[in-house]
Amino acid sequence: MGSVDIFGRLTIDSLPFYSLIAASGAGVTVLGGLSVVGVITYLGAWRLVLFEWLSSLDHKKIGIMYVMLALVMLVRGFVDAAMMRSQQAIALNSEGYLPPGHFDQVFSSHGTIMIFFMAMPFLSGLVNLIMPQQIGSRDVAFPFMNAVSLWLTTAGAVLVLISLVIGKFSTAGWSGYPPYSGVEFTPGVGVDYWVWAVFISGIGTTMSGINFLVTIVKCRAPGMTMFRLPLFTWTIFVTAILMIFAFPALTVATAMLMLDRTLDMHFFTNGMGGNMMNYINLFWLWGHPEVYILILPAFGVFSEVVAVFSQKRLFGYLSLVLATMAIGLLSFTVWLHHFFTMGSSARVNSFFGTMTTIISVPTGVKVFDWLLTMYRGRIIFKPPMLFTIGFLVTFCIGGLSGVLLALPPIDYMMHNTTFLIAHFHNMIIPGVLFGYLAGYMFWFPKAFGFKLNEKWGTRAFWCWIIGFYVAFMPLYLLGLLGMPRRMEHYEIASWQPHLIVAAFGAFIIMLGMICLGVQLWVSIRDREQALDLTGDPWNGRSLEWATSSPAAPYNFAVLPKVEGLDAWWTMKQTGVAYQRPEKYEDIVMPKNTFVGPVIGGAGFAFGFAMIWWIWWLALLSLAVIACGLIVRASNDNDECVMTASEVKAIEDARFAQLAKAPKNEMADDPGFAGEPMQEPAT
Amino acid sequence: MSSIAAMTVSPREAERYEEKEFGFWLYLMSDAVIFALLFATYLIMVGNTAGGPTPKDVFSLERAAAETALLLLSSTTFGIAAVSLSAGERMKVLLWLAITFLLGAGFIVLEIGEFAGMIAEGARPQRSGFLSSFFTLVGTHGLHVSVGLIWILVMFGQVLFKGLTAPVASRFMRLGLFWHFLDIIWVVIFSVVYLPGLL
Repeated sequence: MGSVDIFGRLTIDSLPFYSLIAASGAGVTVLGGLSVVGVITYLGAWRLVLFEWLSSLDHKKIGIMYVMLALVMLVRGFVDAAMMRSQQAIALNSEGYLPPGHFDQVFSSHGTIMIFFMAMPFLSGLVNLIMPQQIGSRDVAFPFMNAVSLWLTTAGAVLVLISLVIGKFSTAGWSGYPPYSGVEFTPGVGVDYWVWAVFISGIGTTMSGINFLVTIVKCRAPGMTMFRLPLFTWTIFVTAILMIFAFPALTVATAMLMLDRTLDMHFFTNGMGGNMMNYINLFWLWGHPEVYILILPAFGVFSEVVAVFSQKRLFGYLSLVLATMAIGLLSFTVWLHHFFTMGSSARVNSFFGTMTTIISVPTGVKVFDWLLTMYRGRIIFKPPMLFTIGFLVTFCIGGLSGVLLALPPIDYMMHNTTFLIAHFHNMIIPGVLFGYLAGYMFWFPKAFGFKLNEKWGTRAFWCWIIGFYVAFMPLYLLGLLGMPRRMEHYEIASWQPHLIVAAFGAFIIMLGMICLGVQLWVSIRDREQALDLTGDPWNGRSLEWATSSPAAPYNFAVLPKVEGLDAWWTMKQTGVAYQRPEKYEDIVMPKNTFVGPVIGGAGFAFGFAMIWWIWWLALLSLAVIACGLIVRASNDNDECVMTASEVKAIEDARFAQLAKAPKNEMADDPGFAGEPMQEPAT
Repeated sequence: MSSIAAMTVSPREAERYEEKEFGFWLYLMSDAVIFALLFATYLIMVGNTAGGPTPKDVFSLERAAAETALLLLSSTTFGIAAVSLSAGERMKVLLWLAITFLLGAGFIVLEIGEFAGMIAEGARPQRSGFLSSFFTLVGTHGLHVSVGLIWILVMFGQVLFKGLTAPVASRFMRLGLFWHFLDIIWVVIFSVVYLPGLL
């Protein structure tokens, strides 16, 4: 290697021609990318894609792009899951079809993708789309930083996808524990891909947290006091605080791991004064709040859905808000329960065990509030409501297994068995994913102006929930039988029947995934029959239903005046909904800019360069980022004005549409309980 | 924000600046968590010298004192620049910004000299867990100061070419927050890293 290595350690051998499975995975990834480019070219849509979407600073478009990223990554993460389940179903006393190194990459990428690149973008997407509308705002506080967050998240996701084509992914699991993830035991680029993907997207998430918090604190409509905020926004408020204070721990842990790996330092090495337990503390100091970052917004979605489809005010608003805050606070006091077996003293373990059981109290409060909202409500079983009810039942089972694991003596028995796997999938699939899917089906009309097909949504729900039980209940049993997680093959025959059942469950979930795809396709095909003309398809309660569907670029032509909890419901009661203002004013909007995607692209290039030791590219991409920021920070002309007459034209069209629309889109529904009427004061 | 209030800005603009300032405070809190974790890591690793140099062997009170003096002084000069900005005296702002830059650059030069000297003596970050955590903690602060220096240059250019407009003044205030924040972090570094290491 005498000459200058302009490609660092990247060589032609890094391409995946060593294995048929790896090569076909790479082929699918490359073909997927090429087909997107092909379809855009075929439709002649490049101008639209570039100037209306990629460069957009509109929070709604950014939200939609986040959710698209999440759905793509959901498919990829599910393929990983299906590979693991099928491997374990056949790998009794045999190698199965996945060699160990490949199996390890699959479970590492499954966890990494589902947490960082499915759940996080899904969450940011729903927040971006809905939260500013719920608080009666025209945008988030920092539209440009919002775009940078999106593109840094995308950069991390693309790094994970690219690892399938160039080089290999990490074999160290989604949590990357040293010393195994150190360079001594795992040389090569796999862990570096993981570290940089997580690091870069984590910085984007920290910025999202700042953005969401400032938006909620500073950009609320007149009259929208904190205790009139819809519950989804309240959960985002707490989530944003957790993002700001927890993500630095991930940044620090991954930065130290990369210093160990790239510069040969000794933070977490076995010798030379390293302390690997410090990594595990830092990682879970982020990791446990992260669990609540994921699940609190889903709780927010359930709170909105359950009130709307029970046609009744949310029960115990204040207790739900306080429970959310309590969970946010307690989430910082339980991280050690992820490693009770690491060898802390009994006193330390008991403290964290106790805190962990305490956190189930506010969660229980929430469950009762949702149940009592349904009690004496007129429930309409639309798909979002089905997901909510499925969540309530399933989540309680997961919570109970969590209370078991919170007891250190029991945890010593279960640690690293499939019981743990069953437990956290039992929390995350119904808790997080069902919540986001409910939000996706609930708010889809707000994003696109037509409703998703309910028949296919219902089918997707039943496949998901049945598939979930069939896939994960056997893992509880296997954990009690002593099966460790992450087994590529095994010799114990009594495990296999359970694993075959679990694989069948994964197959049913696959049917659920297909239903989701069909639902989207059928809904787009038949959109004319399911148009949302009023902007309020479900007889909603909060302000996002006051805008048109899809909302105008400015959301509200005139900022709404909030008179109480359930702002939109109150407006419908008092008859001020859909009122035409006397005149419109100019509205200042952020101009589109390509600096966001450029920074994201340079962030990707920087990560790629650091993974492969291509130092000139690393410096170049840093310089591009710096230039982008300086240019942006020197631009005092980043806004444009939408004139009153333009606003009037858009609003005139909306009122013309409203005149043709039914007064209440839910009125034809068999379960409809009636128009919002003046309720006696309570 | 008195300096901005003095200029004629619309209520909407004033709100935007307030949002930005609040957002910047949140960023600083997030950054403070990063430093807190780096300090914690340093404190648990300070004894992990792996038979290599100890804090006493590698730190020099004179150099740390000189670095401290330069950085604290630069905070003072930045304060004078901020006062000049409130008074609308553009040339003074430029002058004091330039002096702040030189003091900050002096700090970085001293720090690079310190690091280079340590590495030459064999106290490299690769030598032990203690040295890894030392270089990472102090180096992260140094990296922040370097970014601050670039920001001062950009600010200098904006004051020079755009004048003391409201957006420029708003950015100037946030640069001030950043610069003083780094000063506070340095005071903690001096008290947690250098003093106990030498006493």
